Formats: sequence, C-alpha cells, structure tokens
Amino acid sequence: MLAALFNFRGGVKPASHKDESTQSPIAPAPLPARLVVPLRQSAGAAPLPLVKAGQKVLKGERIGAPDGSFSAAVHAPTSGTVLAVEARMLPHPSGLSAACVVIEPDGAERWIERAPVDYRAESPDALRDRLRDAGIVGLGGATFPSHLKLKPGAAGRIATLVINGAECEPWITCDDMLMRERAAEIAGGIAILSRIVSAERALIGIEDNKPQAIAAMRAAVAGMAGAEVVPVPTRYPAGGEKQLIRVLTGIEIPFGRFGAEFGVQCFNVGTACSVHRALAHGEPLVSRIVTLAGNVERPGNHEVLIGTPIDDLLGLAAPKADTDRFIMGGPMMGFTLPRTDLPITKAANCILAASPALFPHAGPEMPCIRCGACTRACPAELQPHELYWFARAKNFGKAQEYGIFDCIECGCCAYVCPSNIRLVDYYRFAKTSVRALEREKAASDAARQRFEFRNLRSEREAREKAERLAAKTAAARQTIAGEKAEAVATATAAEPAEPATTALPPLDDAKKALIAAAVARAEARETDKTPPEEAE
Amino acid sequence: MVSALLVMAGIALALGAALGFASVRFRVKGDPLVDKIDAILPQTQCGQCGFPGCKPYAQAIAKGEAEINQCPPGGEEGIRKLADLLGKEFKPLSAEHGAEKPKQAAFIDEALCIGCTLCTQACPVDAIVGAAKQMHTIVASLCTGCELCVPPCPVDCIAMVPVAETVETWKWKYPVVPMKIAEPA
Repeated sequence: MLAALFNFRGGVKPASHKDESTQSPIAPAPLPARLVVPLRQSAGAAPLPLVKAGQKVLKGERIGAPDGSFSAAVHAPTSGTVLAVEARMLPHPSGLSAACVVIEPDGAERWIERAPVDYRAESPDALRDRLRDAGIVGLGGATFPSHLKLKPGAAGRIATLVINGAECEPWITCDDMLMRERAAEIAGGIAILSRIVSAERALIGIEDNKPQAIAAMRAAVAGMAGAEVVPVPTRYPAGGEKQLIRVLTGIEIPFGRFGAEFGVQCFNVGTACSVHRALAHGEPLVSRIVTLAGNVERPGNHEVLIGTPIDDLLGLAAPKADTDRFIMGGPMMGFTLPRTDLPITKAANCILAASPALFPHAGPEMPCIRCGACTRACPAELQPHELYWFARAKNFGKAQEYGIFDCIECGCCAYVCPSNIRLVDYYRFAKTSVRALEREKAASDAARQRFEFRNLRSEREAREKAERLAAKTAAARQTIAGEKAEAVATATAAEPAEPATTALPPLDDAKKALIAAAVARAEARETDKTPPEEAE
Repeated sequence: MVSALLVMAGIALALGAALGFASVRFRVKGDPLVDKIDAILPQTQCGQCGFPGCKPYAQAIAKGEAEINQCPPGGEEGIRKLADLLGKEFKPLSAEHGAEKPKQAAFIDEALCIGCTLCTQACPVDAIVGAAKQMHTIVASLCTGCELCVPPCPVDCIAMVPVAETVETWKWKYPVVPMKIAEPA
C-alpha cells in the first residue's frame, strides 16, 4: 500500500548534481599517517578523555567516556599509539580549538574484542546504553545522540519511525550510495530501532531522484512487517527532519519539542546502518561515508575513519586548479572550512570543493525590497524578511516572537533572495546571540542568589557569635558575683576572731577570681577566633 | 437634591472602601523598580560602583542617589538598558568607577597559595574553596570576575584571566555586508 503523502510548504529546487559522485562504488579511504579525533563529536556534553599520551589503543577502543546522559562515547578509529591529548582546531565555522586525541596508526587495524549482541534478547534500556557506549549519533549532520531520541516521550510509545534517506541537499550522495550498497545493514538497523521503541511501522523516505536506492531498500525490507519505502518528491529541504516527518505522517513538530512526544521519531539511514554494525557486529562508530564532490577531478564516496585529515581526502579527489575554498556539508547548509588540515568528524557528510565558476560569489548585498520571495520559499512557514529586519537591528526579543528558533537554517530564503542578502548569516547571528544572552542571564541570576545567601549567612553568623559572647559574659559575671559573696561572707565570719591580720587574704581571693574570669573570657575569645575561616 | 447627594456620597464611600481594601489586599511587597534595575545589573557584586553589591546600587539608583553610569562590568549595553528602563538620557561610563573589560575569571596559582583564607572571605559569591593552611582554588564557573579577591592576597597569587571562547559559547559574528561603491558618472 502506498502511504498518502502530505506536503510541506515552500522549498526550492536547486540543480541536484548527484550524478557526478555516484559513478563509482564507495571506496575505503587509505589509512592516514595521523588521526585527530575530536572528543566533542555530538550535541551535548563533551566526553571525558580516557587515554594518555604514549598509550597503545586498539581499533574501537573507547577513548572518550560519555559525560552524563546527553553525550555519546568516542572510540579509537584504528589501532596505534596515542601521541597526544591536546587542543586542536576543529572543523567548525568558528575555527576554535578543543580537546582532540591524536593517534598514530600502527597499520595493523587490530580490533578490540567485538561482541555481537542479540538485540531481541536485551531490554530497550540496555540497548539504549549500548548505543550510547558505541558512540552512535545522528549521521545526517546534527550529531544528536541517538539513544536520547529512542526514549519514549509523553505519547508513551514511538509508534512510527521515519527513516531519512531523502538526502535533499545538492551534491551530497553518501546516503544514496549507502542505500544502494548496504541496504541490508540499514534494514537490520531499522529492525533494531523498531524493537527498541516497539514501533508499529517504519517509513523510509527517499527522494524520487534516487531510483536505485529506492529499489535496493525495497528489496532489503521486503520481508519486514511494517517497513515501507516511500518515494517523496524531490524538493529541497525534503530531508529536513521536521519536513520529512510532515511529508510522511502529517505530524508537525513545534520548536523545542521532540518527535517522541508525538509518537514519531526520525533517523538517518547512515545512523540506522551504524546501529546495526554496533549491535550485530559489536563495532562502535569509527568511520562514516563522506562524499567528495564539487570542483574535483575524481568525485566519489569514501568510507573514512573519523579523525582522517581532510587534506588526505582531497588527495583522493584531486581538486581542480581553480578551487578557491572548501565547504563542509552541502552548498545550502555547509560552511567554508577555515583550513584543510582539520579532521573528519561524525558530522562531516560531504567535502565540497568550490570554485568561482561553480559557486559564484553572490553579488553585493542590496536592500530588502520586501518582495516576499523568501516567505514563499520558507519551509518552516516563517517570515524571513521580518526576521531579517529584527536580526539586523539586534532586536532579538522581536525575532524570537517571530519564531527565529523555528528556523532550520536551510538557506532557501537566501537562495531565492533577489537582493543577495545572506539571510541565514543574520539568523545564525541572532540565534547564537540570544543563546549567549540567556547563558549570561542564568549566570547572573545564580550569582545574585549566591551573593544573597552569603549575606544571609554572614548576618546569621554575626548574630550567633554575639549571642554566644553575651551568654558567656553573663555566666562569668554570675560566677564572680557568687565568689565575691562567698568571700565577703567568709570575711565577715572571720572578722570577730582576728580583725586586723586576716582581712587581706579573702580580698586576694576575690581578686584572683576576677583575674581568672578575665583569663577565661580571653580564652573564650581565642577559641572563637580559631579556626580563622569561621571568623568574620 | 438630598437623594442625589446621598447617592453620590454612597458611591464615593463604596469606591473609597474598595480602593482602601485593594491597597491592603494587593499591596506590592518590596520595590518592583529596584528588582527591575537589579535584573539589568550584571551581578558581579564587585562594588566598583561605590556600593556594597548590585542590590544596594539598584536601591540607590531607584532612590535617585546614584547615576546610572557607575557599573563598569555592565558596560555601555547595561547603561543603555538602565536609561531605557528609567527614561533617562544615556551617559558614557563614568571614568572614576573604572573601564569596561572583557569577561574575566580569577585564577589562583596553587603553588604560591599559603592558605590564608583572606580571599575566601573577600569573595562575594562563595566561588573560592579551600581551608586554613590548605591550598585554595576558584570554581571558575561561579566566578563573576569582580577582582575583590586580588587585593587581599598577601602573596599575590591570584591573577585575572580573560574567559576564553569555546565552541559551545561561540557566537556567529554580525554579518559584514560588502557594499558596492557607486562609480562616479
């Protein structure tokens, strides 16, 4: 049965350029001389390093332990020696550095002991933990830890799995080639994912410009109950998570909520494949398929170890002489790499060589004429020109009111803009600025609370100290008064017998008592002062 | 005539009673203006404004006893927000109270620290841990960069280090627009 297709609004149809890199099968990239594995390769907390410089590691050995639940493990992509754990520049638009594990391969590719797991025999919780420990993250580009997406939400159960093979971005073909060549593994992964969330059906959405992938996937899931391949119309960004869920199920997911709350969840075909390898073969995620395309002599797809320097891959693709920059990701959503000696990460689906002829630099930015082309193109149903004005004016509150966080940064608005306005740059600026402001606000609120609590505490301490002192003084006064009275009484009693000579000693006793009390007071003060950090 | 007067007097009494009741029942505790000002201030509690903390400065601004341009950590942005809130003119930061600096955090050279506890007593947000004659250290995520711990240190082992940008805290820059220069005809 063919599922009824829904539609999403907007979108664009750029030239797809998928044929160039699908002429040859996926080739393994040769082992590089050095691997630089960033510890932070998923959304959430950066894993904690588990290795030290000089340590020998095996292929698949864990080198970064997940830090809390919102994190995924990182593994050694090959066997060899850890040269350093240090900050290296990341393939990130900021060009900033973060902790990386540098590994010198020994060439033997010796695996750790791989223990295949029968997923039918384990509980969903155990399987989720296994996925986290195998470092499985979304390979579509967002690198969201998969085990978190497999938690049933408010709906109680994820009845529908959406498997994303749409791959709508031009030039990128890694998912296409994966589906053509490893459909059976993807199907295995879909079976595991379905079992974890006890899904009733799995809808595999593939854009209709990939007939070979559709045929391969249809053959692979032929015997699976509930699994169905659904060709979707080719229109960018049909492969956006929210767009594909909407096209296949009609469910619209608002910003900040998970699909699980609506009983639907979306996984990339690459993620499904790595889930299968992690459980059926015991192999953690140490490599991925990367498309090399654009202005190159030998475009194609390669299976690349995580941490391989991009420079090594460029050698395989041979960029043409007029290449002026390299883009990680596609032409619509990717970013220009600051350098090319940076490593491939789990997020890197494509390295695109750009030349002025192939990707002409957009002309100078001209004023917005409010033509509304962006509004018609926006798949998130926002009003990009309004967002642009607010972001440009740094009016972040208003930008949030107009739903800037619903923007998926697909770039359709900038693609159609007749004024060449780099709209997405403004949205990214506004989004990150709002997040920074929120962080600052949270920090200052915490500081205020700590300051107020400290004031409260020091007041309380001062009051308690004064009370203690008052109590001690009162006690000491009482003792002295009592002793005096006693001394006077003795003196009066003794007076009749020896009036002149024995009058002095009792007076001395009284004095001694006074001195003793003074010393006690002083000692009491001393004890108050130690330990010194208690004193104010 | 009399009935009209009585009706008016009755209405006046009823409304007066309602207002009197409302003023007691819906009384706003504390000064909402102080809280609004305090929310704008950066909460470094550094005292550079001349008041012992952000709240006292907020109270002084609310009473009109202090200018709005005495907070260096809040910077120009903060002065602008205060000016907006209070309907005052924007003024540049007052030089006698200090200059705007990039965000910093204190760092204790643990090899030099003698464990005198003077810095823990100076820290307004309890961001320093350590005991007498034991090494002290700063919980970097809690440090507001107020610099109050620097002067009391007898061995000068506390340095202010600028907070580095990380991949998590990095912001996209404001897009720089290449402009086309019109050719003179």
